[in-house]
Amino acid sequence: MLWETIRLAVQAIFRNALRSFLTVLGIVIGVGSVIAMVTVGQGSTEQVTADVEKLGTNMLMVMPGQDAMEGGPVGTATQLFTIRMNDLLQEQLSVVDVSAPLSAGRARAIFGNENRRTDIVGTDNRYFAAARWEVARGRLFDVTELQSGRPVCVIGETVRKDLFGTSDPVGEEIRIQALSCEVIGLLKSKGASTFGSDQDDFVIIPIRTFHRRIAGNTDVSMFIVSVRDDVDTERAKTQVEAVMRDIRRIGRSEEDDFTVMDMKQLATMLSGITGILTGLLSAVAAVSLLVGGIGIMNIMLVSVTERTREIGIRLAIGAQAWQVLLQFLVEAIILSLFGGLIGIIVGLGMGLLGANMLSIPFRPDPQIVMLAFAFSAAVGVIFGFFPARRAARLNPIDALRRE
Amino acid sequence: MDRPVDQADALIQLRNISRVYGMGEAEVTALDGIDLDIRKGEFVAIMGPSGSGKSTAMNVIGCLDAPSGGTYHFNGVEVAHLSKDQRALLRRHYLGFIFQGYNLLPRTSALQNVELPLIYKGLGRAERHAAATQALAKVGLADRAHHDPSELSGGQQQRVAIARALAGNPEVILADEPTGNLDSKLSAEIMQVLQKLNQNEGLTIVMVTHEADMAAFAQRLIWMVDGQIESDSQTSAAA
Repeated sequence: MLWETIRLAVQAIFRNALRSFLTVLGIVIGVGSVIAMVTVGQGSTEQVTADVEKLGTNMLMVMPGQDAMEGGPVGTATQLFTIRMNDLLQEQLSVVDVSAPLSAGRARAIFGNENRRTDIVGTDNRYFAAARWEVARGRLFDVTELQSGRPVCVIGETVRKDLFGTSDPVGEEIRIQALSCEVIGLLKSKGASTFGSDQDDFVIIPIRTFHRRIAGNTDVSMFIVSVRDDVDTERAKTQVEAVMRDIRRIGRSEEDDFTVMDMKQLATMLSGITGILTGLLSAVAAVSLLVGGIGIMNIMLVSVTERTREIGIRLAIGAQAWQVLLQFLVEAIILSLFGGLIGIIVGLGMGLLGANMLSIPFRPDPQIVMLAFAFSAAVGVIFGFFPARRAARLNPIDALRRE
Repeated sequence: MDRPVDQADALIQLRNISRVYGMGEAEVTALDGIDLDIRKGEFVAIMGPSGSGKSTAMNVIGCLDAPSGGTYHFNGVEVAHLSKDQRALLRRHYLGFIFQGYNLLPRTSALQNVELPLIYKGLGRAERHAAATQALAKVGLADRAHHDPSELSGGQQQRVAIARALAGNPEVILADEPTGNLDSKLSAEIMQVLQKLNQNEGLTIVMVTHEADMAAFAQRLIWMVDGQIESDSQTSAAA
């Protein structure tokens, strides 16, 4: 009997192809959108974590000005940093592995007919260690280059791609404003950061070269401090603050004129942002699930009159109420399962596509997959089954009389 | 189960059957103490003005509806107080229905429509197919087996409905205004089909109609007024 019922249900599904298609579509949209959204959301959260790890959780950033993170004035009225301050910081603190001075500006890098507007960063070899950059080709700066301010540069992958295409950049000369400098090294790509900014989009030159040939002053915009692995970042941060107060001769009653940020802080902030993002996506997804559910509901309710008549016919010719109900239940379940499966495939497909486009990891959440599936299936079964149950309880003559 | 004493050969025996709808003030008596015997092989037409209770009588006889009072013996078995599901079983095995509006499943071939009651009878695929094909042949629609109802004329649709009623090999066919939606020529065709089934196969037929022309095809005419049988007579066709 069950087999026969399944056959009947499948027959009914194909007999009402349009209605079946619309029902399935509702479930597909509901399940698919939720899965796609949550997959992308989870992927970006994981990307944040990975990004922060790539930066190194034992990294501190020291910047002039107060509360740069809270949007306070950055280095406007305050005394800027110098290379000397950076060296003092590194000398005086045993918890510091390396501290790198960093100055930056934006300019156009030109090679032959190609050019790209990019970040020009002045620093020294300590920066590569602190920020965990690895060399893909060529080499980093040597001592004489750093001391003399010779025009050499290390470039990021994006700049290489734009300016050199397929050819080898090492040994070529590129031009940055009036400065013509030789490419001595290429860095391994880190890809896009959490904010979507391209981390590989920069040209690095020795900081003295930057000061002399690009900036025209000797200001340093920040220090990148790498804390020793065996030292707690929080403790290191306190010590860095103390030493910085000393270096910058800040009195007891005065407030800091600099900010020390650790990566944990940054990580917290970033995951806060992705949390909001994921929440937003989930809300959109919940709405699509709801819309999908309403779609299913509408289709089911609209077809109730026709189905009531069908139920009347079946009852009149000798079907018992439970047989009709079983058929409708099986029908609803088959449609929901089918729609749910397609929805999962579509959702995962969209999620994969989105993950690829945003360059984030593809992380489907089995719980959400099950939840979305269960919700849509429940809507399908409830709105397919309960009107049928009402009709099956009618007298066959009443059911037949329904217009 | 008590056997009827007189009229031992009555297939359908109603005694003091009543059917009351609604409650209290709004109470409507559709059947008011009906006694009726229908023997196997009879072709009975029930006529009467609107609201006379003829359709209600038909529904009670067809076990689509349960009477409020009285006894109903079908084939010697008391069926007035059966449950819904038991009535469904009775309909499944002993009764066939033809409705005014055909009531075929849309987007379903004639053959599949005719097979429908056989599915509930538990017949296998091959048996169903054979029985349905045979039933369609009896109503002259063997060549239309794979057409949808929408591709058939009204007369053809009603003949499919007759085939569906026939396919289960019932004791009685109940026809509720079977020609109500058809013009007189097609109506006569349908009536001839029913008449032939009655004469050649000895099928018992109970038909409700408001057209005297159609009632004339039956052997016996029951005239109802106000929920009661006013007259019960043989027609000229009985001769």
